[in-house]
Amino acid sequence: MDLVLTPTWYLVLGALLFSIGAVGLLVRRNPLVMFMCVELMLNAVNLTFVALAWGLNDIGGQVAVFFVMVVAAAEVVIGLAIVVAIMRRRQDATADDLSVLRG
Amino acid sequence: MLQVIVFLIAAAIVLVGAGGVIFARHPVHAALFLIQTLFGVAVLFLVIEAHFLAAIQVIVYAGAIVILFLFVIMLLGVDRSENLRVEPIIGQRQLAWFTGASILGLLLAIIYSVDGATGFQSSRSALDRLGVDGEPLPDVNQLAESIFTDFVFAFEVTGLLLTVAVVGAVVMARKISGELQPLPDLPERRVSRAADAADPTADDAVVDAEEA
Repeated sequence: MDLVLTPTWYLVLGALLFSIGAVGLLVRRNPLVMFMCVELMLNAVNLTFVALAWGLNDIGGQVAVFFVMVVAAAEVVIGLAIVVAIMRRRQDATADDLSVLRG
Repeated sequence: MLQVIVFLIAAAIVLVGAGGVIFARHPVHAALFLIQTLFGVAVLFLVIEAHFLAAIQVIVYAGAIVILFLFVIMLLGVDRSENLRVEPIIGQRQLAWFTGASILGLLLAIIYSVDGATGFQSSRSALDRLGVDGEPLPDVNQLAESIFTDFVFAFEVTGLLLTVAVVGAVVMARKISGELQPLPDLPERRVSRAADAADPTADDAVVDAEEA
């Protein structure tokens, strides 16, 4: 049996990882764990980008991943700052309690 | 063949880690499973010769982002486990699984419908752009060239984004002077327990400051 690694393997894994992240985001109520699930989804997309950069022989995919990582870092910083601000007023807030953020 | 074996092992690590993130009751365990997943993804990047991104994956994600998560978990004392059986919104869990399965089905359908039509060259081992000496350029050279020529404006905007994020984080995490207004329907029991947990660390901080 001669198996050859193709980008399709990566795309399938990326799809699985993205779905797991989406389910986690919908199921979990701890805002921190929800953030982790968002990171899972971002990683699934990164995996897809890198696989296609490899499959299509175009470095642009890797550049996109570079920018996704920067945006993910910024997103985590802001998201955790919001969580800290909320938790300082009410400990163990769940995502349901974050409805106080509405305008 | 070796690539396939490494891929399968790394994929198993990634999927187990991802499952751990969404099933772990304890946020700290979820963060540790997240590290496992991120390392697995770094290995997968290495397999297809995205060396720079693999390094960045370990340094930025595992080294900075997850540590930030753990730091916030420890700082806030929210390291209590969550009862996954409690379901505040009726049918939310079933709906979430259904949604996840739908997304997966759609993505797989897309992948299999375009497979073979996108001109993949399966046995390619590197991005084979050649340098002046006839050797293929390393991925980091190609990446740098692309970022600092074609995407230089996006790169500059990225710097602006990070600055805005840092300023925003400082503004939001700053201690607000004066009495905080309690949020509506504050559960008494939780607050007292949280205050007990938070006090010792606050005292330690004060002592440290005095010693310094």
